[in-house]
Amino acid sequence: MTTTFPSELDERFRAAAAAEGLLDVAFDVLDTDIGPLLVGVSDHGLCRIHFDPEPERDIEELARVYGSRVLRASKPVDRVRIELDEYLAGKRRVFDLDLDVRFVPEYHRRVLAELARVGYGETTTYGTLAAKTGNPRAARAIGTVMNRNPIPIVLPCHRVVGANGSLTGYGGGLDRKEHLLRLEGAIL
Amino acid sequence: MAVAVPPFETFYETHRDEVLRFLGRRLGRERAEDAFQDTFLRALRAYDRLEHGDHLRAWVLTIASRIVIDTGRRQRPQGEMPELVTEDGRPAFEELAPLTDGLPPKERAAVVLRYGYDLDYEEIGDALGSTESAARQAASAGVRRIRSHAGARPQSFDPRFGSAKDGGLAPDNKKEKHQ
Repeated sequence: MTTTFPSELDERFRAAAAAEGLLDVAFDVLDTDIGPLLVGVSDHGLCRIHFDPEPERDIEELARVYGSRVLRASKPVDRVRIELDEYLAGKRRVFDLDLDVRFVPEYHRRVLAELARVGYGETTTYGTLAAKTGNPRAARAIGTVMNRNPIPIVLPCHRVVGANGSLTGYGGGLDRKEHLLRLEGAIL
Repeated sequence: MAVAVPPFETFYETHRDEVLRFLGRRLGRERAEDAFQDTFLRALRAYDRLEHGDHLRAWVLTIASRIVIDTGRRQRPQGEMPELVTEDGRPAFEELAPLTDGLPPKERAAVVLRYGYDLDYEEIGDALGSTESAARQAASAGVRRIRSHAGARPQSFDPRFGSAKDGGLAPDNKKEKHQ
C-alpha cells in the first residue's frame, strides 16, 4: 500500500511540515555503528533516543508525551545525526545539543543533570550519583532513573557502573554499554 | 466509544495514498501534488485540536475537497475549468460547501461524500465508521436540513437532491431505520 507512494512528494511534505514548525516531535531512524536508533527532536531540542526501535510503539509513546503531531522528518534530526556519527567514530567527546527534558519528573531530571557532568571516558557508580543527588542509599532509585533515561548516549548512563566495577545493566543491552565504554577508552 | 487520535505519522501513512488518488482524479496529476501538500499541512495545523480519532478518513477527504475548491478558484481567472465542476448534474463542491457548512458533522460528511465525492453509501459508512444504512440516513437527514434552511429558494436544490437516481433522498423516504 505504501510502496507505490511517490517518495519525492512524501519527502517534500515531510520537509514542509518540519519547516513550518508544525511538529510536536520530528523523528528519524538512524543507521549507526551500534544499530538503528530512533531519534526524536522537539522544538526544545533532542528529546528521545531509542535503541532497537519499534517505530509504531515508539511513535505512540512520543505522541502521548509530547503531543500527537509526530512525523518522520530528517532535517530537524540532522544535527543529532552528525554529532552521533562523530561520537561513534571516536571524533567527538562532548555533545553540543539542546536537550528537551521538560516532561521528565523533577527527581529524575536532577539525577540526569548530575549524570551529564560525568565526562567522556570516565565512569561513576549508582551509589555516587545517589550521594550527589541527596540520598546515598538511593542507588536502586538511580538504577530506575538510568533505565528510564529518555536520551541515552547523550545523557551518558553507560558511564554508570556497579560499585565493584561490573557493568550491571543497560537499557540498550550490555554489549552496547561495553562498546561505548571501550570507544571512550574507559575500559580496555 | 471514541478512538484516540493516532500520531500524525500513522494518520498520514494511512490516508496519503487515497488522498493523492482523490486529488489526482479531481485536479490531474500535476496540480494534485501541490494540493496534496496543502491538504496534509492543513490537517497538521488542525491536528492538535482534534478531540478524538473517529472519522479521520472523512475528515481528511473533506479538507482535500476544500483544497480542490480553492484550487478551482485560483485557476478560474486563467480561464481553466477545474474537472470537479458538475458531472451529470450533481452539485459541484463549490456549491455544496456553503450549503453544508451549517450541518452537524456526520450529516455534513455524509452529504459531502455522497454528492461531492460520489462515494456510495457503503463507502461512506466505512469512512464514517458506521453502516451503509446509517450513512444513507445521515445524508438524507442532511439534505432535509439543507432544504428546511433554504426554504426561500427551494428550486435551486430540488433538481439536484430530489432526482430519482440519487436514491432515497426525497424527504419522505424513511425506509431505512437509523441504528
